[in-house]
Amino acid sequence: MSATHDDAPVAARVRHVEALLEQRGWLAPGEIDERIDAFAAGGSPAHGAAITARAWVDPGFRARLLADANTAIGELGYSMAGGLQEQQLTVVANSEDEHHVVVCTLCSCYPIALLGPSPGWYRSEAYRSRVVREPRAVLRDFGVELPATTRITVWDASAESRYMVLPRRPDATEGLDETALAGLVTRKGLIGTAVV
Amino acid sequence: MSRINDVGGMLGFPAVVEEPDEPAFHADWEAHVVALNAALLRRGVYDLDEFRDAIERMPPQEYLASSYYEKWFRAITTLLAEKGIATPAELAGELAGG
Repeated sequence: MSATHDDAPVAARVRHVEALLEQRGWLAPGEIDERIDAFAAGGSPAHGAAITARAWVDPGFRARLLADANTAIGELGYSMAGGLQEQQLTVVANSEDEHHVVVCTLCSCYPIALLGPSPGWYRSEAYRSRVVREPRAVLRDFGVELPATTRITVWDASAESRYMVLPRRPDATEGLDETALAGLVTRKGLIGTAVV
Repeated sequence: MSRINDVGGMLGFPAVVEEPDEPAFHADWEAHVVALNAALLRRGVYDLDEFRDAIERMPPQEYLASSYYEKWFRAITTLLAEKGIATPAELAGELAGG
């Protein structure tokens, strides 16, 4: 990936194109910096974690989330309409018998509004090619070994349609409040490459 | 016919490797590319489908050899040239100082 390249030439080319566009009025002065700040302040896995914790403590919310995620996340102040067009969100719930995993085989479609930028492995050809063919082997790459009886469903995201996994609530967490529960939820848990 | 980005189910790729404590961006220019793309989409210079298409029609060798945000930047400059916003030479900086 980029970390192994010498990326000084591309950095200079990006600066050049930016300056050219600004000079010709296609970019406003300072617009790029504002957008970078806005991006940094945008989605984060904490949003997905908050949604998960609410679903764990509130069966009504859980039912609404699984039936119509776009509307339900609005109850917590989240939205999939931050881009130019609203993305369809589907939340898929893990159970004792079924485990869900999300991928975008064609590129990197991901619920950025709820999880922030995707991890590099999610965008890698290795993950995209293999998880739809041998999900158990890929889960093993992540140290996850599921019982042979657990059914695994892989969801392939697209530009218009995004997925988030609702992990199972861990055992012995009855005493935890919603905030503490949210603290247990990981980004990989929300993609399906970890159990929570 | 599928294009190089359509890797779902393709054999031969290695194990998935996680980067510990992975930052959102590995270099400033990557953040600039994301911001640049957002600005041009918002301005209607091209739309998201055109952007994806510009990535997905990269020559396969280049696609596989490029980092994620190198692909993005390549798509942006392809589209800027095709839309007549700037010539490939201008985008490459060949006229700089000329």
